[in-house]
Amino acid sequence: MLSEEPFASLLRTPLLRRFAQLIESRSDAELEQMARLSQQTTLKHFGKTIRLFAPLYLSNECINSCAYCGFSRENAILRVTLEIDEVVHEARYLAAEGFRNVLLVAGEHPKFVSSGYLELCVQRLATEIPSVSLEVGPMETADYIPLVKAGAEGLVVYQETYHRATYAEMHTTGPKKDFDWRLACPERAYEAGFRRIGVGALFGLWHWREEALALAAHIEHLLKRCWKAQITVSLPRLRPAAGEFQPRHLLSDREFVQLVCALRITFPQVGIVLSTRETPQLRDALIPLGVTMMSAGACTEPGGYTGQGKAALHKTVRGKQIVLEYLDPNAHATEQFAIADERSPREIAETLRRRGYEPVWKDWDKAILSA
Amino acid sequence: MTAMADKPEKLKIANREFTSRLMLGTGKFSSNDQMAAALEASGAEIVTVALRRADLTGKGDAFANILDFIDPKKYLLLPNTSGAMNAEEAVRLARLAVAAGLPNWVKLEIHPDPRYLLPDPIETLRAAEILVAENFVVLPYINADPILAKRLQDVGTATVMPLGSPIGSNRGIETRAQIEIIIEQATVPVVVDAGLGAPSQAAEAMEMGASAVLVNTAIAIASSPVRMAQAFKKAVEAGRDAYEIGVAAPLATASATSPLTGFLHAS
Repeated sequence: MLSEEPFASLLRTPLLRRFAQLIESRSDAELEQMARLSQQTTLKHFGKTIRLFAPLYLSNECINSCAYCGFSRENAILRVTLEIDEVVHEARYLAAEGFRNVLLVAGEHPKFVSSGYLELCVQRLATEIPSVSLEVGPMETADYIPLVKAGAEGLVVYQETYHRATYAEMHTTGPKKDFDWRLACPERAYEAGFRRIGVGALFGLWHWREEALALAAHIEHLLKRCWKAQITVSLPRLRPAAGEFQPRHLLSDREFVQLVCALRITFPQVGIVLSTRETPQLRDALIPLGVTMMSAGACTEPGGYTGQGKAALHKTVRGKQIVLEYLDPNAHATEQFAIADERSPREIAETLRRRGYEPVWKDWDKAILSA
Repeated sequence: MTAMADKPEKLKIANREFTSRLMLGTGKFSSNDQMAAALEASGAEIVTVALRRADLTGKGDAFANILDFIDPKKYLLLPNTSGAMNAEEAVRLARLAVAAGLPNWVKLEIHPDPRYLLPDPIETLRAAEILVAENFVVLPYINADPILAKRLQDVGTATVMPLGSPIGSNRGIETRAQIEIIIEQATVPVVVDAGLGAPSQAAEAMEMGASAVLVNTAIAIASSPVRMAQAFKKAVEAGRDAYEIGVAAPLATASATSPLTGFLHAS
């Protein structure tokens, strides 16, 4: 059973004590020193490389009410779930852009985004994309197994906040209400055979130091339990989205940098993911500091890359479809959040090269898992 | 000086001879051009590549073209099975490499733990049995375990490749005592693989009698990979020369005073 504070016993380990010190208030000189150590550690373990990936949104249907999310069922937005052929179309576009590593993202909706639907998506993408990962609503181990068999390599699930009271306040209806069900999701995914497991917290909901400490404890817990999985961590900061939720606790750029460095120093081998939520300036500055994986040229709405799914666009609020008298022919599904780095994958790759880093598009081959 | 010591001994693996005793890995470089330049400067003749990073479909994927930067006429391309978590996966990768036109040599590495990348001895032995039976030339990456090394030699691997310390750690030869036993008992070349962060550590391995070393991180992330590759080349040659010639055993330093036997000299 989980205690009230997740992974509380781990907070006493030397590793987590050190992490807690690293995220304390630091002078500029101390931060610079941390950045140097972080850079050296990253170089040793990952070299001068950054792995690139793109999200592919399958659906923005959702049965959860999450105060901060554009896809929340409370929001009257244009929604769609892509047909399998449309998913393939989007994936081919991403492959032509260079991506060999794609993250399939969807809201939580057992009817539209069922395990069977996801299995079909993964199967169809097997010949298109060498590495496919998923970021979808938590499932039972048994439901994950066919997805792994179909070729899905990674699973990403963010706890959003590790602070129970805030979690309860943010997630008012839907299966996501259950904090512990979500918390145990990475372990169910590991049991099902996923190779890469991504965790994270959404910064802006609770005090960042407490959030970061719980996140670090979760990582350490997973490193012990899921010892064969490559663990990655994401540190998304709240971005403008439908619903106009305002962050309650800011994580400044300086603190964000400190957090990246602290995680790298504490967990030299854990992948740190940086999304297009952050600005080009900050992303470029973070390249040598500890980040190992970046998205590029991302769209956060289903069909966003090639205009797929327009025929089935509809508006729903609280699960009820609203009849639209007129739909602009240029309308598209509503995005999850606004991105801040709009540079193309080619531009990002060029930036990496200019800074002395090799953009790695492919580092996984499906052949490892199937004949 | 003996005749043998005048001319460096060649490295023999399976049916091939090599002049260089420095093998290189190809990960972590800032660009494929940098990697190619470092390979050239290192004088290496054996170069290992992670199959998961290469295009194995034969479609010439421009976004996974690492193999285009390694001239197969100049280097023996040693595919490695990094990414495999068990024997089945490693065997599958090795077969796939041959099907894609790569050599039937394989650097067998099965490290299921991404935190320290330590090799799984049980899966490695199982995979070696299968691959040797299929006529692969197998170079297994192992922890510095003398019995595992013997078991692999019994199976028929072409080398054993014990680690000095975890991959990328730059901690040098922390497994020295175990590697000494492996070298003493070896019937195949012993290649110290992983953890060598400085040329002096590579020289140390060679002086101990290792047949070769494999280096990647220390060269790939150096501010000048080309010069670091040259530095390792020289260190490996120096260490090997010293081993072949024979390094004088260190003598205990004489103490200036003899508190126990000084009375013998008292007049």
